[in-house]
Amino acid sequence: MTLLQIAFFFLSALALASAILVITRRNAVHSVIWLIVTLFSVGGIFLLLHAEFLFAVQVILYVGGIMVLFLFVVMLVNLDVAVKQAQFSRQWQLALATAIILMAELAYGIYRGHQGFTLAQTSAVPPTIGNTQAVALALYQDYMLPVEIASVLLLVAMVGAVVMAKRKLE
Amino acid sequence: MITVQASDFIRILPQEILSAFAILVMVFEPFLPSSRKVVLGWFSLLGVVAAGAAAVRTSYSLGPAFNASIAADPFSIYFIALFLLVAALCLLGSFNYLQRDNINHGEFYALILMGTVGMCFMAASTELIMIFLGLEISSLSTYVLAGFKRHDGLSNEASLKYFLLGSFATAFFLYGIAFVYGLTGTTNLMTLSERLSRTGTGGTPLLWVAIVLMFIGLGFKVSTAPFHVWTPDVYQGAPAPVTAFLSVGPKAAAFAVILRIFLGAFHAVGSVSFQMLWLSAILTMVVGNLAALWQSNVKRLLAYSAIAHAGYVLVGIAAGSAEGVSAVLFYLTVYALMNVGAFILIAPIAGTGERALRVEDYTGLGYTRPGVAACLTVFMLSLGGIPTTAGFLGKFYLFRAAIHAHLIGLVIVAVLTSVVSVYYYLRLVVVMYMREGQPQATSEPLPLALRVALATSVIGIFVLGLFPLLLKKKGEAEASPRHTKLAQVR
Repeated sequence: MTLLQIAFFFLSALALASAILVITRRNAVHSVIWLIVTLFSVGGIFLLLHAEFLFAVQVILYVGGIMVLFLFVVMLVNLDVAVKQAQFSRQWQLALATAIILMAELAYGIYRGHQGFTLAQTSAVPPTIGNTQAVALALYQDYMLPVEIASVLLLVAMVGAVVMAKRKLE
Repeated sequence: MITVQASDFIRILPQEILSAFAILVMVFEPFLPSSRKVVLGWFSLLGVVAAGAAAVRTSYSLGPAFNASIAADPFSIYFIALFLLVAALCLLGSFNYLQRDNINHGEFYALILMGTVGMCFMAASTELIMIFLGLEISSLSTYVLAGFKRHDGLSNEASLKYFLLGSFATAFFLYGIAFVYGLTGTTNLMTLSERLSRTGTGGTPLLWVAIVLMFIGLGFKVSTAPFHVWTPDVYQGAPAPVTAFLSVGPKAAAFAVILRIFLGAFHAVGSVSFQMLWLSAILTMVVGNLAALWQSNVKRLLAYSAIAHAGYVLVGIAAGSAEGVSAVLFYLTVYALMNVGAFILIAPIAGTGERALRVEDYTGLGYTRPGVAACLTVFMLSLGGIPTTAGFLGKFYLFRAAIHAHLIGLVIVAVLTSVVSVYYYLRLVVVMYMREGQPQATSEPLPLALRVALATSVIGIFVLGLFPLLLKKKGEAEASPRHTKLAQVR
């Protein structure tokens, strides 16, 4: 087992464990902190794959920006009430069973089909270009239209959020 | 090096014009007093008409655009025209409703236009990322529109349910895309279909998983049977003109995507898609039609009927032939006319705050408001598939395509369930004409805009019911070049 593999397994285990902690903690602040750990470990996996740009975006945007917003919201919510409330719905056994079945199906599919993934290597980034440059080329040449259309999506989300949340619409 | 040419922009002209009008609506919104917001509605309608003209222009310069992520082909033009028709009818049906229920905000019109932009992109994209973005744009605007009556508990519930379950379904779709990309290294549908047929990756269970995941995401949008649970609650809670919009628009768009992905890109693995579509079609028709029998709320009744109709469309898709695709295209237009018509007509009958929605509230409506009752009767007969209405021919073409594809079992279920459906459609007609009583429904005269929309729907239903070839010829032309490979699917 190489050092890279050890790092990969460590980060994956960390990401999974902290993700489970996110959804099982009673205290919302704890959940948010575990979510930060999850996002950091995923960022670490990006780094292992030589995706430095994604790593930086992950840390700056998700861990830095979005999580701070989450924390703000959590602080504004009345936590004392939330802690006392029942955490899971009555159907959690059914949900767990469904989740396990789905996971088994996915595991079977991946186990039987992971050879198929070799195809994807054809699209790997040639090592001569840096990762950031490759992302820029992909975004602003091959995927120019999706990048532009994403702005329409954000506009709709913004208008929608204002419509739903504003106290009094004119 | 990819260069962008002027022709690229002409090939997405309708979407550009709709987006521009949506932004202009938002710009003008603050300058209009509350009583004159309807001006924005007419302005949006102008935008829809302009986009229609743009679609005609686009149809003269067909071809791929933006690095093959958009295909301006007859298929996409047909769907764009359909979405524009739906948007125009819903706008006409909403003017009076918004004023009456005191939710007359310009954002409503902007969101309708934006939702239409998303749907147009869904139908026109040949790139999974673009399809996903279009899906999200149309979904986000409909989530908000469903909760537009912000002071109404049911409307809030509808919005929240639709949002939570919809995001969940979208996640499935995205997960499917991720697997497809992992397997083939591409998200472009053309490249995808080439690679799949060349490498024979079609046999791996992982691709089946990906196909099923993507179908779950799209199946939610078209409300096929295991994923339909949200439909009645959302259709009931959303304002009636919005229900009209989201029972047809996003559904037709998702069907366009299903046609492009499952019959186009994945034709190399047709057998998996076929079994899935077959099972889902049967479940959808049975569940939708049987559950509708017990509904006493007209909106919920129509919601279950909308589920059932998704099942009939799946029959045509399962047929997998060019004939099936052309039947699906024809049926979606017919379905749009009758369903939008029915939902926007419910709004004025129900009165302010949509109070009169029970079937009993329609007692004697045939005598107090003969015009309204006659229109509703036409929609119900067409939904039930009675001859001389377009609903009959739509079903006939779908089932004929399925028979030619030797799907006898599927057609038997479809015919039996549509016989069952006649019961609940006619129940409404019987209540209106054959029961004595004073209707609870309000009796204010219909506004002009709504009359125009209703007249369009009713005339459309009869014209397509008597002269189907006007549209059917177009549908065949649109289905044939792109789906020539489909005959070999199964």
